[in-house]
Amino acid sequence: MNLFTVSGSPHVHEDRSVRNLMLGVVLAMVPAILVSVYFFGLGAIRVILISVAACLLFEYLIQKYVMKTGPTINDGSAIVTGVLLAFNVPSNLPIWILIIGAFVSIGIAKMSFGGIGKNVFNPALVGRVFLLISFPVQMTSWPKPQPITAGFVTDTVTGPTPLGILKEGLDAGKTVSQIEPELPSYVEALIGNHGGSLGEMSAIALVLGAIYMLARRIISWHIPTAYLGSVLIFSGIFWMIDPTHYVDPLFHLVTGGLMLGVFYMATDYTSTPMSAKGMLVFGAGAGLLTMIIRFWGAYPEGVSFAILIMNAFTPLINRAFKPKRFGEDVKNG
Amino acid sequence: MNLKTFKIGGVHPEENKLSADKEIEVFPVPKKVYIPISQNLGAPSKPVVNKKDQVKAGQLIAKGEAFISANVHSSVAGTVSKIDKVIDQSGYKRDTIIIDVDGDEWDESIDRSEEINRDITHLEPDSIIKKLGEKGIVGLGGATFPSHVKLMVPEGKTAETLIINGVECEPYLTADHRLMMEKGEEMLIGVSILMKGLKVDKAYIGIESNKPDAIAHISNLAQKFKGIEVYGLKVKYPQGAEKQLIKALTGREVPSGKLPIEVGCVVNNVGTAFSVYEAVQKNKPLMERVVTVTGKELPKPSNFLVRIGTPVSELVEKAGGLPESTGKVVSGGPMMGKALTSLEVPVIKGTSGILVFPARVSKRVPMQHCIRCGKCVTACPMGLEPYLLSQLAQKERYEGAEDERIMDCMECGSCHFTCPSGRPLLDYIRLGKNKVGQMIRNRGK
Repeated sequence: MNLFTVSGSPHVHEDRSVRNLMLGVVLAMVPAILVSVYFFGLGAIRVILISVAACLLFEYLIQKYVMKTGPTINDGSAIVTGVLLAFNVPSNLPIWILIIGAFVSIGIAKMSFGGIGKNVFNPALVGRVFLLISFPVQMTSWPKPQPITAGFVTDTVTGPTPLGILKEGLDAGKTVSQIEPELPSYVEALIGNHGGSLGEMSAIALVLGAIYMLARRIISWHIPTAYLGSVLIFSGIFWMIDPTHYVDPLFHLVTGGLMLGVFYMATDYTSTPMSAKGMLVFGAGAGLLTMIIRFWGAYPEGVSFAILIMNAFTPLINRAFKPKRFGEDVKNG
Repeated sequence: MNLKTFKIGGVHPEENKLSADKEIEVFPVPKKVYIPISQNLGAPSKPVVNKKDQVKAGQLIAKGEAFISANVHSSVAGTVSKIDKVIDQSGYKRDTIIIDVDGDEWDESIDRSEEINRDITHLEPDSIIKKLGEKGIVGLGGATFPSHVKLMVPEGKTAETLIINGVECEPYLTADHRLMMEKGEEMLIGVSILMKGLKVDKAYIGIESNKPDAIAHISNLAQKFKGIEVYGLKVKYPQGAEKQLIKALTGREVPSGKLPIEVGCVVNNVGTAFSVYEAVQKNKPLMERVVTVTGKELPKPSNFLVRIGTPVSELVEKAGGLPESTGKVVSGGPMMGKALTSLEVPVIKGTSGILVFPARVSKRVPMQHCIRCGKCVTACPMGLEPYLLSQLAQKERYEGAEDERIMDCMECGSCHFTCPSGRPLLDYIRLGKNKVGQMIRNRGK
């Protein structure tokens, strides 16, 4: 006799899986990948491919030989970590350093906590910050973008990032208007023609992918909105008080990987809060910390540290900011 | 049109209303019916017939004696062959009255004419409540709460608004939709009777916007009725849950752990309103109901008017027969319905639909790690944290689950539906609710 399957309700399921979501994120990063290839050519392809391959390999090996559990590399999360790690390093980073970064991201930040869904910190950012502290020279010598249309150029002319130029200038006692000629224009910043890590080049390409993720409901609007809003408000206040020492808010929005952090890393599922209220708090906090580090910290760029610090607060935020319960403190008029 | 809806959470499953334009067919009287004596929320009824007794359609065969219980009537004419334990839709054996059908003679008191009886001027609240109790009317939306009990407003509370649920937010089901289209006026008379029973002067009918024909038809008919307003609602599951529907229609939020009467509302389904009309105006007990029989691979998705106690297998046969591909049969909607173990179970008062799923979509997807994406939190219409509740239940931390308001969960399944990791969140939450409920009851002792 044909036996029926019996299970509890619901009997239908939304057509969406972890793999599906992760591949959606990868697809959203394609515009930024193309921009990086345009400006850095083979260097960009090399870094992205090696980073992804190393992340997949480490996840596979650790699962098979250390954790001895079924493989999860099919879920695509290691690919996302790999691309994000590549996005956070210069295109001429030596391969061995990159592989160490992949090991730290996957092996330490992800698998040692128990794998997907268990990590406290964003794996790609842990890898990036580890490399930044361990290999400060290699991690901060950004090759100058060479549009692919100019042919493959292999010489290694390096230059600082816009935020680096700004910080150095301000530290040397210059005013914003004195530094301005050295900074890229907004148009250049938007399309990505300036020094920087692979993925942070073009704000436009990153926003394009973000729109795709928002439209497909892969990410929600809460964290990005709160993050951008808090950066805008905080930098705006200081700019209005003292425009000679604080650059305008728009500049902060389009530089230093803010878009990359806001849309692709601060929206990581595992390491950010669960409720809408919690997400808003997380975003606002990350924005505030980013600006504090950019204004007064030792590093010109604050996105990575800001997100990692907020990651650490996530469990507390989850506890303190519960979703609004139905039927709690009701006022019925 | 300005569409209303509730605020927190909700999901939008594929609607699949395959039988939306299929007129209600009167299902032939079966050869044998199986009528469980416990079909409603509350205490089982007590049989008042014996083996070999002759019964007519509409005759009382089991009496509801407890405060929350309902009378059960024979849906056919014939002989009681036995009273035995039979497996019902729950999968358990339950006391059931089995009747061999012989002809189709109805109890004389039932008015079988097609004529619509519009006169309700002589009705009094007490007589309405008494009649509904007598005729075994229960909520047909699925919960099967005895209707006469619902009309007895507790001391100290007042009903202000009657809410009529024409939402039918469960995918696939079209029984309520068809009833509104074909028995709209009778249903509205039923609404007026319920209003009288509750002593309220306004009723809101909520219908989701995927049934524009029903919204237009009922709005049009409602113009002739005093105090009945019809509202279109945005398509969102679970809008048909009573707290969500009250929120959508009145903006009021029923406090946690309380009943709708707390905010002056009483909710009834359109199917129930129709049965109320039949009971009060036609003296007809609840002995048949509209059942949607559907499925993507079922040859003829249909809406049938079925006698209570008819075996589900006969319904499926009439709808074209069980497809070879079948892997699962569900009684009710796909979100909250119950998977059946066999087709040899009877239709009862609460059976709104029979869904046939092919085997390839019958099994759950393999469960993966929770990635803490928060989609269950966003989807929960009660503002709970399903990931946390399921974890607490899994780890047997029931006190914690109670603090996180696990008892507020109404088991709508939105969390499991939306989880990208395919985690059976609701399974664990159900388990947790069970244990926490027990804990609370023990505390009371």
